[in-house]
Amino acid sequence: MLLIHCPYCAQTLPELEFTYAGEAHIARPDASSPVSDEEWRNFLFIRTNVKGPHYERWRHSHGCGRFFNAVRDTVSDRFLITYKAGEKRPELSDLLEKSK
Amino acid sequence: MNLFRIPGQGRVDPTTPVEFTFDGKTVSGYKGDTITSALLANGIHLMGRSFKYHRPRGAVCAGSEEPNALVGTRRGAGQFEPNTRATVQEIWSGLEVTSQNRYPSLSFDIGAVNDRAYMLFSAGFYYKTFMWPKSFWDKVYEPFIRSAAGLGVSPSENDPDKYASRYLHTDVLVIGAGPAGLAAALSASRAGLRVTLVDENPEAGGTLISEPQTIIDGVPAWQWIDQTVAELISLGVRVMTRTTAIGYYHQNMVGLCEKLTDHLSSPNANMPRERLWRVRARQVILAQGALEKPLVFDGNDRPGVMLAGSAQTYLNKYGVRVGNNAVVVTSHDSAWYAAFDLADAGTKIQAIVDTRAEPAVELVAGAKSRSIRILSGYSATGTQGRLRIKSVRINPVINGKVGAPETLECDCLLMSGGWTPSLHLFSHTKGALTWDADMQTFLPDRKTEDCEIAGAGRGLWGIAAALNDGAAMGAVAARTLDKVATNTVYDVTNDRVGTGVSHTELPTDLDPGKARAFVDFQNDVTAKDLRLAVREGMHSIEHVKRYTTNGMATDQGKMSNMNGLNIAADALGKPQPKVGLTTFRPPYTPTSFGAFVGYHRGDHFDVTRKTPIDSWAEENGAVFEPVSMWRRARYFPQNGEDMDGAVSRECKTTRSAVGMFDASTLGKIEIVGPDAVEFMNRMYTNPWTKLAPGRTRYGLLLGDDGFIRDDGVIGRLSTDRFHITTTTGRAARVLNMMEDYLQTEWTDLKVWLTSTTEHWATIALNGPNARKLLEPFVEGQDISDQAFPHMSIVECTVAGFPARLFRVSFTGELGFEVNVPACHGRALWQTLWDAGQQYGICAYGTETMHVLRAEKGYIIVGQDTDGTVTPYDAGISWAIGKTKPDFVGKRGLERPDLVADGRKQLVGLLTQDGKTLLEEGAQLVLDANQPIPMKMVGHVTSSYHSDAVGRPIAFALLENGHNRVGETVYIPMPEGVISADVTGTVFYDPDGARLKL
Repeated sequence: MLLIHCPYCAQTLPELEFTYAGEAHIARPDASSPVSDEEWRNFLFIRTNVKGPHYERWRHSHGCGRFFNAVRDTVSDRFLITYKAGEKRPELSDLLEKSK
Repeated sequence: MNLFRIPGQGRVDPTTPVEFTFDGKTVSGYKGDTITSALLANGIHLMGRSFKYHRPRGAVCAGSEEPNALVGTRRGAGQFEPNTRATVQEIWSGLEVTSQNRYPSLSFDIGAVNDRAYMLFSAGFYYKTFMWPKSFWDKVYEPFIRSAAGLGVSPSENDPDKYASRYLHTDVLVIGAGPAGLAAALSASRAGLRVTLVDENPEAGGTLISEPQTIIDGVPAWQWIDQTVAELISLGVRVMTRTTAIGYYHQNMVGLCEKLTDHLSSPNANMPRERLWRVRARQVILAQGALEKPLVFDGNDRPGVMLAGSAQTYLNKYGVRVGNNAVVVTSHDSAWYAAFDLADAGTKIQAIVDTRAEPAVELVAGAKSRSIRILSGYSATGTQGRLRIKSVRINPVINGKVGAPETLECDCLLMSGGWTPSLHLFSHTKGALTWDADMQTFLPDRKTEDCEIAGAGRGLWGIAAALNDGAAMGAVAARTLDKVATNTVYDVTNDRVGTGVSHTELPTDLDPGKARAFVDFQNDVTAKDLRLAVREGMHSIEHVKRYTTNGMATDQGKMSNMNGLNIAADALGKPQPKVGLTTFRPPYTPTSFGAFVGYHRGDHFDVTRKTPIDSWAEENGAVFEPVSMWRRARYFPQNGEDMDGAVSRECKTTRSAVGMFDASTLGKIEIVGPDAVEFMNRMYTNPWTKLAPGRTRYGLLLGDDGFIRDDGVIGRLSTDRFHITTTTGRAARVLNMMEDYLQTEWTDLKVWLTSTTEHWATIALNGPNARKLLEPFVEGQDISDQAFPHMSIVECTVAGFPARLFRVSFTGELGFEVNVPACHGRALWQTLWDAGQQYGICAYGTETMHVLRAEKGYIIVGQDTDGTVTPYDAGISWAIGKTKPDFVGKRGLERPDLVADGRKQLVGLLTQDGKTLLEEGAQLVLDANQPIPMKMVGHVTSSYHSDAVGRPIAFALLENGHNRVGETVYIPMPEGVISADVTGTVFYDPDGARLKL
């Protein structure tokens, strides 16, 4: 069972309190103006499916209820960072440097 | 009658004799014995039959890695356990032990015919033997496989035992309480850390118990154990015995299974049998030691053939000599010491047969001083003896040539093929291993977790090395946790450090194709099987493993993996690291389901959500059904009615008089804020801006892929407040989806979302008498059709309770839904029930609700839709606000596949005979005479008897269905083909006149 740091609660808590919520930084295109089929398909279905550090979303569903972002290594399951929704996507090279 | 017990030796308590039964016969031992040590003390080696060949087997080791001596144990009523390892189960008076995998008896077993037919059961036999003829499958092969499958007998009664679970946080968790673990725990706790020390055995000590001659800092080994454990306890260390670390998980979480009662004859009935611990440790020290390997030669599995180190353990720990007349076959020094101990205890050692040409000088001297014959540079090539070994055949090997055989009589054979570091838990962490060519074994390499490996687990042999490494690793852990720690160095005398070599199967002068040289004892895998697998194209160790089942038994290859790898690598002509090692997975040893289940059984297995009115339904004889986590009243049978009878009556009463229904499980979400209406516009397909406060609307929720996710009636209470209802099963998902959009896409909107599902009890009143019944109880609102028309909402008082009253209907009848705070739900229900008697009221359940809504063509999301259905497909595109610039799903609905022709669409079906009820899920075809496989064009989603319509009705999703209304479709069933007319989906009161009463 993982321990996950909620950036809103500022606490590291058991995985049971959290729900995985898919890849992060996939913005919904504004559909009030024309959006191509391809662009909409990419938004709906196309994911990076990385082996290694993955930008993803979690929700502290049994806690504060907030969605937040994380970078987690899909091989080791290790979290490199968690950060609030809307914050800038952290540079991977910085994270890898820091985790050394 | 412990003929093989040496008085005064071992750690059993001779003042406390213990009697238990083995296959019905009474066997005596002492407190402290395991089943195996007590049997061996009585000269019994035959303990079981092997899985595939039913070969007679005895214990091959003295620990939890035992592959052979698996027995059934019965502790009392319902307390039967198959495949208990006899080598670890402690005995107590009254324990019932039975041997397994034999019929009619252990010494005479019909299944042993398999052993003669072994050529049929070679590697991959299940892919070959059972292939033909086809007609044999049902009558011969399948019954054979079913009766042969599995080892032991599953318990047939409910488990009466209790199982517990706990969490533990500790600074340092030390796994294994042998010399390395004890020293590690000591140095970490002396540095001031909270330390937990666990060991699967009943007492701490590990190897030290089998090496009593060792002197540590001037103190004999056993005394040193006692004083060390005492010091650990005084330092606050939690010392847990009979506790197995079963798995090592992410972020230093280790699962422990603590056995609490299996060793007690009369445990307190309130005590749990086992306790599962989830331990989160800042540092873990793995001090699991090493496991001895067997040698691989023909007949290495007969009862009486045993690992030398284990024989030494039986002698020193239990005071049991495993035989009178032993031959030792070894490739490692350690077996020599076992031979010396046994010789000193009175066992005649016929010979020490070493595969190495030049054993160490001091070993030779030790043997000579005991007049033991030394045969160096020899191979073992066969054994004799049906139920117990009688002799071993040995041959000299000179320059790779196997010479003339010699036969040595014996009643036991002690073998050693060297030692394998126990890397199981380390492997759970995906830690990398490295091949050590000198030691011919894998050692731990790169770590992924905050752990250290100490002692024999990383290839350090001998007591001194283990102690000093343990102390050093304990200090490393302490320093990592910012403590000051000193490196203790222990002074050890009488340490017996050895070296050895590693082999594939031993060389033989006989036909190796006929050798029964076992590698995996439990799964009956021989060296020949492994070579055959390689010849047949299995070139990865993972394939070899699965093809031969080597290492796939309940011992997970603790003894067989390295021998299997050596042989596979040899057959492939590759070095071992190029062939690789299979992955160890939790649990380390077989663990009971009870330990994992813990408290979550019976009523605690899952949450049952009950509405405030549930107790009334129960008192009034409701039959319940689970709906997501809720239990809901399905129908209310009267006077012995069956479901059809009850539903028919409930439907009729509701349509002709009035019915009441507990709708409290409906999901409810309160949407509040200045941007509430804008949020609604973006979330739901419908337009909301013009919906006046006090009015409600059917709301349809899509995903951004354009498919239907949920629906429900939504009331606008004021300009900035909506009361949303969702389907029962989707409330949480809908709220999650709304929060997702609100928090991450539309952060500009000022809206609050609150789940209110459990705040409100909801009572639906439906039927022509609904208003008459309700009217007298309502204060603050005229509920006439003019003042309170269909699709209205108001906050008022009902029967004195604050209420949100909906005029809404899911039945097609005049309908109201009264929401009151949950605490008043049952009181309001009772009030309405009592008052409703004069109007002929009935309570109805979910089944009647389904029928009534289907008659009206109201869909149930999730039953009539399946996640690939659009509003157009479902015939509810009127719910889409086409002029809105955007809403969730708007762009999705324009996707090419969603606007294409030939989509499955929701239609009604009426069977042409007017009588046959279709089966939900039945497939539709357009031509019943087409050849099989037929082209299926849809399926039935809902189907009911309808009294109101006078015939069965159904919905179906049908390819191009909207254009097929009036056509015939066919439903092929085992009893014959049913034909049905395609119709619209509204079967009753199509104009909705009854809603407007």
